[in-house]
Amino acid sequence: MQPISKNLHRRGESWIEKGLAFCAALFVIVIAIITIFIFARGLPILLKVGVADFLFNTDWRPTSNSFGIGTMLVGSLVVTTASLLWAVPLGIMTAIFMAEVAPPRASRWLGALVELLAGIPSVVYGFVGLVLIVPFIRNYLGGNGLSVLAGAIILGIMILPTIINISRDAIRAVPKEYKEGSLALGATHYQSIRRVILPAARSGIITAVVLGMGRAIGETMAVVMVTGNSPIIPAGVLSPVRTMTSNIVLEMGYAAGDHQAALFATGVVLFVFIVILNLVVNMSLKAGAANGRR
Amino acid sequence: MDNVVSTKQEIKMKSVDLQVFYQDFQALHGIDMDIKANHVTALIGPSGCGKSTFLRTLNRLNELIEGTTIKGQVYLDDQAIYSKEMDVVGLRKRVGMVFQKPSVFPMSVYENVAYGPRIHGIKNRGQLDEIVEKSLRAANLWEEMGGRLHTPAARMSGGQQQRLVIARVLAVDPEVILMDEPASALDPISTSKLEELIAELKRAYTIVIVTHNMQQAARVSDYTGFFLNGQLIEFNRTKELFVNPANQQTEDYITGRFG
Repeated sequence: MQPISKNLHRRGESWIEKGLAFCAALFVIVIAIITIFIFARGLPILLKVGVADFLFNTDWRPTSNSFGIGTMLVGSLVVTTASLLWAVPLGIMTAIFMAEVAPPRASRWLGALVELLAGIPSVVYGFVGLVLIVPFIRNYLGGNGLSVLAGAIILGIMILPTIINISRDAIRAVPKEYKEGSLALGATHYQSIRRVILPAARSGIITAVVLGMGRAIGETMAVVMVTGNSPIIPAGVLSPVRTMTSNIVLEMGYAAGDHQAALFATGVVLFVFIVILNLVVNMSLKAGAANGRR
Repeated sequence: MDNVVSTKQEIKMKSVDLQVFYQDFQALHGIDMDIKANHVTALIGPSGCGKSTFLRTLNRLNELIEGTTIKGQVYLDDQAIYSKEMDVVGLRKRVGMVFQKPSVFPMSVYENVAYGPRIHGIKNRGQLDEIVEKSLRAANLWEEMGGRLHTPAARMSGGQQQRLVIARVLAVDPEVILMDEPASALDPISTSKLEELIAELKRAYTIVIVTHNMQQAARVSDYTGFFLNGQLIEFNRTKELFVNPANQQTEDYITGRFG
């Protein structure tokens, strides 16, 4: 009896393991299919036009065979940079407050609010931007309100949870010996944060910023709703702007032939961007580990 | 007991009826202890007996734990450290601390030692160089690390890291050095180097050391206090306490009957 039941048990175990391996394999296959599909549809036109021409030419007239996404590339970079400019400092300061200063109860409350912020669908952010921020800009700052600034404000809010959560975890993961060691030398709490805790959490904070950047570049819906989407290089923060993602979603409905292929090629560019950002994250985490933190 | 004070300046620190509470739990019950200048005082006892808690009251590091209350008083020279006038930052500069786990910062050897002087406002490079060399020499680390000042401290061995932490403490020129089981993570050779260092340091500093290792207490200390359940059961010259303990519980502990 004993060996048989043991055997049965073992057979069940191995089926479970096979099932888990199958799920993991499926996931890899899905990613592979998506990657192959995007590249198969986008790469030919990218090569036909020439990578440099496609990226930096600002003439986008897809119906007369002129495919340059330079305007949209600049648009994506401008909106993303502008959102990072305010969301990164605010996010890191908030993370420091939550990890180091706030009493545990307040920190938990803030954490719950951040989770909530992360869970709101992007179309809702876009809507809030449209009815609150856009009119505010129109009435007080000028232009018609649909602008780089509106996009930067909304995107910044959307990437705050990423920046706050990851930076806070990085700061909390700093061994408490560092803080105590610093305080025991007569350093103030602030000196300890600035000179020991933040440098020790640096790789995690860089990760937070890069992942936030990835989110900002890829975000579409909210950006489409508040930035005006004119395919021109913005003259200032109050000008309208069109990003790469906006361009894809706005034109996908009616595009055909080379035009559709050019939108896929834009997808390839975004894909490569995200891969590069992920590599940066991995390198930064490795550099952190090599320095003997954690 | 002949730990009675003969002249006043011999006593560097002194606790009077010191009580510590974590929320409702009383961790220390009325501790009275005199810590003699330029001597090594060892605190021994089983885990959770309050010896580390007592050590951490001496530089007010206990305050970092949420919900801690302290009654009674601790004096450094004649200054009450639990008083509104006491500057905690200044206190911690005078009463340095070395932890169980070597807590080198994630920076170079040089930057670790220069950290304390820097936060206390020394910017002059030459002066910093001088302090770093002096501190590393005093911690018996200059021979090994003098040529590798700019390598990351995390690459050093555990024993070297612990001596680096001591050098870092020495760099702010303290009067008292607290050590919380400083050798518990070290191999025997590193431990004996650390013990030699402690013997040298007591010429210039007052040292209080918490240890689980009774042989270590017997080797390095001049005075020993035995803690049990938050009480100071016995405090005496180390030789006296180990050879001829006055209290039955002390005798049971040092002969290994519990703990």
